[in-house]
Amino acid sequence: MSPAPALLDFDRAMALFDPALGLEVHVELNTRSKMFCGCSTEFGAEPNSQTCPVCLGLPGSLPVLNRRAVESAIRIGLALNCSIASQCRFARKNYFYPDMPKDFQTSQYDEPICHDGRVTVEVEGRQIVIEIERAHMEEDAGKLVHVGGSTGRIQGADHSLLDYNRAGVPLVEIVTKPILGAGAQAPQVARAYVAYLRDLLRALGVSDVRMEQGSLRCDANVSLMPRGATELGTRTETKNVNSLRSIERALRYEIRRQAGLLVAGGRVKQETRHWHEDSGTTSPGRSKEQAEDYRYFPEPDLAPVAPDPEWVERLRLELPEAPPQRAAWLRAEWGFTEAEMRDVTGGGALDLVVRTVAAGAAPAAARKWWTTELARWANSAGVELEAVPMTAEQVAEVQALIDQGVINDRLARRVFEAVLAGQGDPAAVVRDLGLAVLSDGSALRQAVQRAIADQPEVAQRIRQGKVQAVGALIGQVMRDLRGRGDAAAIRQLILDELTSGQEAG
Amino acid sequence: MALSRDDVAKLADLARLELTETELERLVGQLDLILTAVDSVSQAATAEVAPTSHALALVNVMRDDVVTASLPREAVLAMAPAVEDGRFRVPRILGESA
Amino acid sequence: MNDLIHKGAWELSQLMTGGQVSSQEVTTACLERIAQVEPAVAAFLHVDAERALELARRVDQRRADGQELGPLAGVPVALKDAFAYAGAPTTCGSLILRDWIPPYNATVTQRLLDAGLVILGKTNLDEFAMGSSTENSAFGPTHNPWDLERVPGGSGGGSAASLVAFETPLAIGSDTGGSIRQPASVTGTVGVKPTYGGSSRYGLVAMASSLDQPGPCARSVLDAALLHQVIAGWDPKDSTSIDAPVPDVVAAAQRFDLAGLKVGVVEELGGEGYAAGVEQRFAEAVALLEAGGAEVRQVSCPHFPLALGAYYLIMPSEVSSNLARFDAVRYGWRVDDDGDHSVEQVMRRSRGAGFGAEAKRRIILGTYALSSGYYDAYYGSAQKTRTLIIEDFAAAFEQVDVLVSPATPTTAFKLGERVDDPLAMYKADLCTIPSNLAGNAAASFPIGLSPQDGLPVGLQVMAPPLADDRLYRVGAALERALEEQWSGPLWAELARREERP
Repeated sequence: MSPAPALLDFDRAMALFDPALGLEVHVELNTRSKMFCGCSTEFGAEPNSQTCPVCLGLPGSLPVLNRRAVESAIRIGLALNCSIASQCRFARKNYFYPDMPKDFQTSQYDEPICHDGRVTVEVEGRQIVIEIERAHMEEDAGKLVHVGGSTGRIQGADHSLLDYNRAGVPLVEIVTKPILGAGAQAPQVARAYVAYLRDLLRALGVSDVRMEQGSLRCDANVSLMPRGATELGTRTETKNVNSLRSIERALRYEIRRQAGLLVAGGRVKQETRHWHEDSGTTSPGRSKEQAEDYRYFPEPDLAPVAPDPEWVERLRLELPEAPPQRAAWLRAEWGFTEAEMRDVTGGGALDLVVRTVAAGAAPAAARKWWTTELARWANSAGVELEAVPMTAEQVAEVQALIDQGVINDRLARRVFEAVLAGQGDPAAVVRDLGLAVLSDGSALRQAVQRAIADQPEVAQRIRQGKVQAVGALIGQVMRDLRGRGDAAAIRQLILDELTSGQEAG
Repeated sequence: MALSRDDVAKLADLARLELTETELERLVGQLDLILTAVDSVSQAATAEVAPTSHALALVNVMRDDVVTASLPREAVLAMAPAVEDGRFRVPRILGESA
Repeated sequence: MNDLIHKGAWELSQLMTGGQVSSQEVTTACLERIAQVEPAVAAFLHVDAERALELARRVDQRRADGQELGPLAGVPVALKDAFAYAGAPTTCGSLILRDWIPPYNATVTQRLLDAGLVILGKTNLDEFAMGSSTENSAFGPTHNPWDLERVPGGSGGGSAASLVAFETPLAIGSDTGGSIRQPASVTGTVGVKPTYGGSSRYGLVAMASSLDQPGPCARSVLDAALLHQVIAGWDPKDSTSIDAPVPDVVAAAQRFDLAGLKVGVVEELGGEGYAAGVEQRFAEAVALLEAGGAEVRQVSCPHFPLALGAYYLIMPSEVSSNLARFDAVRYGWRVDDDGDHSVEQVMRRSRGAGFGAEAKRRIILGTYALSSGYYDAYYGSAQKTRTLIIEDFAAAFEQVDVLVSPATPTTAFKLGERVDDPLAMYKADLCTIPSNLAGNAAASFPIGLSPQDGLPVGLQVMAPPLADDRLYRVGAALERALEEQWSGPLWAELARREERP
């Protein structure tokens, strides 16, 4: 096998090709019970403790549809501006795999419950319309653990173990039509779309949308066509893309890889590829001898779903605001500038700021921490802001400590570091590490006196009225106290000290 | 249309069914006979006839989102050909999920 | 008390209510009879003697305590081995499930237990109910008590044979293309396929989901009606079950009156391929209905000749999908798990070893009919044909109240006669399949022995969906008229034969 051609530089690739995207997002619904049986969907239970004849696919068992799952699917469709089918059926998607108890997946095929929708996302101030082809209902599979391989991966494993707790958890799969014309922004568009979906689904309350737990999963299709061409190129489907950041990275990588192939005179192979977070690359899935033939047919064990138009209308009226409207409303309420709000929404911080404000912090302070300190931390850790190990309540608590004068901004950064490192709640961290500002007491006074004694000429200038020179002394006091001082208090103390000395002297 | 030995072998592969050479040979002949016998069906089915997937016209059969008791774990695992760590054990997997 | 084995469910119920006999005595009599005749008949795959006696003891206790009991409390029943019965092997006549013990009860099983019936054990069947002779059972065929060299029909041959071997007064069957009615016909018993959705499929191991339907088997029409009453009715665990009251089948089975009833003889279900003796008995029975006050006319159902073809596309398609779960991962027989083979190989080999020839044939046929490029020509066309059959029935039921035909074109054939000829075997279901495709109610009632071979002949009655009571009305009137002619039930002939040295 000849070595793969080198990746093409992204800008060069974009000069030559137009990318076409397609995104398939699987949303795990947060119903209490599974799609077709009454087993709990609670995350983290003992393996195989949330299973029954139905979700284990035992001989003779039959499915009964969860009304709430259907309702959630309809609400998702409405929020995506889809048409809701007047009648639709489930279908069996037949293929063998050990994580599928029945060796077919109960899904929807040619009759999705929601179809033909559209949403608008914003990238760098540009509005992009994304057409939704369909949103359909299906069931999740069980979970495999591979044993005996060095990496816990399927390759090289000795055997595998199955837990069917997740089998039968309801899913909604949202599929876009090809997204054309995004050009070099394609990876950002994909990311913005999934971020939009995540915010929307959370606002709807239909899913936990935790990408790291797999309750929101994205498969990204991309193909390239020479600039000016009208026919779509051969696409690849990249799976296992489990964060917003990875979506952008994986697509950039795939675009560069495909462009490299095409420029070298090669052809893109239609295949499934896997994203590797660690190396930032994709690799081909094991190729099958023949294309899988799913032999779909209408599920005879389930009656068709014919949503009552009145029900659909009621659900439509109950829809929460769409995220853009909500963001506009919040921006006005919080008094943020357009740019500040973009930082918040673009960074996926909107809900975090909402929660931090709800926990008592001022909006500007909440925005500041999430878009600077915590955003930096998330970025360097390579995780979503949502996954940062610090809650909105803890952020609000840090701000409260600042507002009370217990700590200052500089100490707050150290509190953040400690909380993020898992050393406890803000108050505990401040106590345990002795981070509280020395607002009074002898230590502070002694440090001030030391600074004055060390820099008599500066002290003299201040005494002579050059108050702006106080900064040099404040700096030294702060260094002396390793940051635990409150600058304003120190300033006042220095001035008091020098003035009183003048009066006395 | 007539099915060849290879066609049947491919179907057996799709159905995860190991067949002996004798079984394959015999099936090829029998399936041909059956398919000839059912051919009349495709001729009678004209475009204007709607297909029936469910004999009775029930719709919207749903249950409330209520958690009910799962099976005891021991009962679940008692049926399994092989178990490890409270999970069903299977030999190594070659292919990948669809 | 050997005579207990010849008594019907209703009679036993009367005797138990009156305190003349206990359920334990009845159950013991059945178990002794089973032990006596099983070597020759082989109707059971598993006899659950200990639990049966315990169930009987509990019913007797409840009766002694003065508790209100249902009409069939304490009456023994045999369960086709396709229904889950917690704690008992449920094999479906297949090696792949030879060691499987379900951790749950089928709804039908649960309703039997709740009504106080005594489950004697599990009866033999063609593997996964696929066949018309029980010869496809991995555990050997059942023999027809009328002639041990002949088949008892199938797939529910075990349930049908157990009735005329006097091992049980009642049995449960399931009918996908005739698996209750055809065995009933060739054993001279009563077998009823309720309206699709009339009884719950939950816990019935699926063959073809859109066609399967559990139903009662008995030696008399009233007994079948009583059993029907116990098992039928809406079940929230089966999405295809009908949320409507069960028609009063017991009252219909006690009506004995056909005045004004319009009966249609299906023109397409007769003629070439039908045994002369079958046609003769059928004509006599129709004449008897007419004599009883029914208005009889010929009715044409022009698409019925297509039913067999449509059935042999839809059924295997669903089979191929329903039998996929037998992959040796969660339950069932696993072979070659020796560390050398991958899970894919183990699945293939387990399925290859675990399924018999007919199961494999249908899996391959169904896989083909559903495969990409052939779906429209096969499965799609078959579903359209299904629509045409439903329309035939609808048009016919505008003219008549019930339709009748022979239940099967011939009497019981010899063991081994059709084993290597699938098409000949499939034709045994020619008359019964239309009602499965349309989902309406149908039954087979004994109408005598064929003058050609002395073997039982059955008459099929078909009624519109949810009009199951009409089956019993016709069956009961016919039974009374015939028993007057014969001075007793048809099966009495078998009991007499046994008494002769």
